[in-house]
Amino acid sequence: MSQRVLDVRDLEAGYEPGVPIVRGASITVDKGEIVVVLGPNGAGKSSLIKAIAGLVPITGGTVLLDGKDITASPAHTMVRLGLAFVPQTENIFPLMSVEDNLRVACGILRPREVPARIEEMYAVFPDLARQRRTAAGNLSGGQRQMLAVARALIVHPKVLVLDEPSAGLSPKFVSMVFEMLAGIRKSGVTILLVEQNAKAALAIGDRAYVLVEGKDRHQGIASELWNDPVVAELYLGQRRPDFGKGGAA
Amino acid sequence: MNLQFVVDGLLAGSMIGLGAIGVTLTYSILRFSNFAHGDFMAWGAYATLAVVGAIGAMFGKIAPIAPLSFGWPLIAALIIGMAVTGLLALALDLVLFARLRAKGQAIIVVMASFGASMALRSLLEFIFTSRPTYFSRAIQIAMPVGFGIRITPDQIALLLLTAVLVLGVHLLMTRTQTGRSMQALSQNAALARIVGIDVAKVVRVTWLISAALACVAGVMIGILIQIRPFMGFEMLLPMFAAAILGGIGSVPGAVLGGVIIGMAEAGAVQLIGAEWRAAVSFVILMAVLFVRPVGLFGVRER
Repeated sequence: MSQRVLDVRDLEAGYEPGVPIVRGASITVDKGEIVVVLGPNGAGKSSLIKAIAGLVPITGGTVLLDGKDITASPAHTMVRLGLAFVPQTENIFPLMSVEDNLRVACGILRPREVPARIEEMYAVFPDLARQRRTAAGNLSGGQRQMLAVARALIVHPKVLVLDEPSAGLSPKFVSMVFEMLAGIRKSGVTILLVEQNAKAALAIGDRAYVLVEGKDRHQGIASELWNDPVVAELYLGQRRPDFGKGGAA
Repeated sequence: MNLQFVVDGLLAGSMIGLGAIGVTLTYSILRFSNFAHGDFMAWGAYATLAVVGAIGAMFGKIAPIAPLSFGWPLIAALIIGMAVTGLLALALDLVLFARLRAKGQAIIVVMASFGASMALRSLLEFIFTSRPTYFSRAIQIAMPVGFGIRITPDQIALLLLTAVLVLGVHLLMTRTQTGRSMQALSQNAALARIVGIDVAKVVRVTWLISAALACVAGVMIGILIQIRPFMGFEMLLPMFAAAILGGIGSVPGAVLGGVIIGMAEAGAVQLIGAEWRAAVSFVILMAVLFVRPVGLFGVRER
């Protein structure tokens, strides 16, 4: 059996006390996997991974990372614990250069390692290397996502958690982002991903969960879920879990 | 027009600029206008004065470092005063600002800083009385340096000190992990936490730097003019004008803004009379807000 990296059990979380958005969700992610969390709008997908990352108050359940209880650890300690989060929007510092965006995220690395680590990221993302002095706010949408992902990867996380990386991108960039994630997995990084763009996410994922009203209602092998009638039913009545030909809803 | 306004303006600009750095940092990182910032200047000046007195009591009279009006006791006292002012800011944050910040309404924090300002000032009047006092009563002879400009050794030393401090803060902000963390926090607080920045620590550093520079500005005013409990409060308008003129969040902008306001004030004294001096920063502030609200080095919020 492969090693369990992330183990979320019966998680309850919400911004206001007494109003849980996540209501008893359980998901697991094993080493080297890409796990996708799908679900209709308002299902609490985003809140689920934000709660895991320490950004939404947790009222019940546990989050284990490599067997260690990290439930409700402060958000700024997550990187040190091994969990790197990429928010959906505003995931770069717009007025800082590309290089400073990477450097500022290296707080847990030894200062001596930092320059070499930044070069390693440039080797993976040559587009960023060409624009290292550019203010990050001037990058294209796709390049911003690259920078956000590079910034998360730079600290050698045990698991990379992404909130709808394809949201708001044009179709060309959507496929670029998913290719990038597939490539990152090949290098051995474990990924947990929330996506509206079910088809594209299932194409690169290993396993997937369907979240409805804050609870995991269904799970399965990613490639099989696409034709699973239960999934279609869980999504808005009988509709297919795809809202278009690429772009997010 | 006499070119003396250049030196006078640079000196006023140094005091305003050092204060404006603190205003711009607290505004961009802690997200509120700290109206008690001027009183940090006054507290810094009085703390330094008290330490000078204590050193005098312990070591007797110590000769100034020629040709300056002050000796090593003032230099040592300034360093201690900077630390004391920094601790004052941290204490004020702990008991007042941090709690109100947690409630998430900036205007409450701003109003609280008004209250803190009055309390701090009254406390100084209570302890030291409102009578003006001085670091030294010695009179320095200003040296002519050409073009009708005269400057004293103290003034040269303080201009150099300002240049060193501004350069130091600029390098700290742009070249160190602490400075990058401060920039990150000012641009996106939520993302700063996500990338592993300890917000509480960065907030403490921000207070320490702001208050320490306010102390230096206060001591400069003390050396060149006089020490009064109101000395800092009267600097508020020019400091805010400088911070806004330079662009909120920009350290070089705050200093350049300070120098522009200082020069304008000094020029106005010659052209339209000293009684209009205070109006100058107000006019500049209004003009900036109308013409370019983001300031010289500011960037529009996205």
